[in-house]
Amino acid sequence: MDQLLNDFSPGLFIMQALIFLVLLLLLTKFAWKPIVQSLRIREESIQDALDAAERAKQEMAQLKADNEKLLDEARQQRDTILKDAREVAAALKEEAKADAGKQAERMIADAKAAIDNEKRAALAEVKTQVAALSLEITEKLLRKKLSDESAQKELIEDFVQEVKLN
Amino acid sequence: MSNKITSFLSILALLIFSNVAFASSTGENEQIDGGAVDTQEEINAYIRHHLQDAHDFTLFTLGESGKHIGFPLPVILWDDGLHVFMSSKFHHGAAVAESNGNYYKLYHGKIYKTNAEGEISYDEDRHPTNARPLDLSITKNVVGMLFAGALLLFGFASLAKNYKNKPIPKGFGRVLEPLVIYVRDEIARPNIGPKADRYMPYLLTAFFYIWLLNLLGLTPLGFNVTGNIAVTVCLALFTFFIVQFSGNKDYWKHIFWMPGVPVPMKILLMPIELLGVFTKPFALLIRLFANITAGHFVVMSLIALTITMKAVFGPIAATGMSFALALFITVIEILVAFLQAYIFTMLSALFIGMAVEEHDHH
Repeated sequence: MDQLLNDFSPGLFIMQALIFLVLLLLLTKFAWKPIVQSLRIREESIQDALDAAERAKQEMAQLKADNEKLLDEARQQRDTILKDAREVAAALKEEAKADAGKQAERMIADAKAAIDNEKRAALAEVKTQVAALSLEITEKLLRKKLSDESAQKELIEDFVQEVKLN
Repeated sequence: MSNKITSFLSILALLIFSNVAFASSTGENEQIDGGAVDTQEEINAYIRHHLQDAHDFTLFTLGESGKHIGFPLPVILWDDGLHVFMSSKFHHGAAVAESNGNYYKLYHGKIYKTNAEGEISYDEDRHPTNARPLDLSITKNVVGMLFAGALLLFGFASLAKNYKNKPIPKGFGRVLEPLVIYVRDEIARPNIGPKADRYMPYLLTAFFYIWLLNLLGLTPLGFNVTGNIAVTVCLALFTFFIVQFSGNKDYWKHIFWMPGVPVPMKILLMPIELLGVFTKPFALLIRLFANITAGHFVVMSLIALTITMKAVFGPIAATGMSFALALFITVIEILVAFLQAYIFTMLSALFIGMAVEEHDHH
């Protein structure tokens, strides 16, 4: 310890303090500040670049997802349109079928009505014919029968009889 | 975790080493610097001399003539006025230097004020009793600091300029940039948290300053700056003041009135916590000083084996053994150089982090 104290040189201590202080100031001004700042700027720029890359990656993924979604939507829309079209077509078909049925029925009904009319007309005709025939026959019969006197009398008697009854 | 354990063990080993080395070196008969280094005493003195600061920049010494090869450094003294002269005036302690009517003599690396004849009086412990002027000389350590500072300034300013043209540095900046990021991401941010950027300049300066000076200490230039107690005291004081000035309300509350414990405990904890405020930077200064000093001591002692073991194993075996061991320890010292800079900075960041931490759980 005594040796140490004896070796301690106050002059050297002062010189060391001065030199170190000046060195510290000079190095700080000319070296450390610019170096540390440059390092920081460089690291920041690297970090920025990395961040930008990461962001671009994320944007890319987002874009891809968006596209996928758009595609999905389009597909869905297509499906809906197709389904609607199919439904419309089916409805049209159904309607057409129903229309045709109705028309057929109406036609059948018309036909039936026509047939009935014809039938009725025919029957009326037949009746008229039969009546005409009957009249003719009756006329002929009467002509024949009344050709003789006795027959005429007889008939008149019949009529009288009938009238009397009534 | 295992990394931390190994580093802790290596530090422990070095501390033990250094204790042994110190024990053997104290109370040594001091010899005149230079000259041939042959005996154990001379080796110890040589190592001790190296560990101390010097007023000359001696690259090596010729053994035969004791001639120092190097260059003198300016001496700046404050002694009722400024005295500036070159250290060559001292003739490595052999001559008395005169400046503006005052006389100074170099004795074991320190400058004492003497009379014209250069007489030095000693107390009973053989310590000189002469007055010591405030020595602001550009010593070898100061040269080391300035050299390291210039290197740091040049290197990191060029890195900073590099960023002006392009975001990624080229050339040597490629090496420096990961170190800066390492200090920020491994030392500052985990320990301090969101306020880390404010303390980055200090932590970066401390880290690279200590590391570079530790590494310079391993070169044959022979700096021992971070192994000098005055330097580590100064560095630890920087951390100490930064911690105290950035301490928030919670920090002071935890020291003087620990929340969440009964009142007698609060009173008991107060002096302990207050002591802790000073022991933390003290541990910093001692750790750095002891590790680096120990490292230098061990490396030099192992190099000295080539001399001390020559008699036993012969010159070739002694040199080989010395070379292998010194190489091994030097490699470890390179690791320690980084480790100590890391630990100093990490602990500084930790202490700052404790001072600025927001306690929202109370």
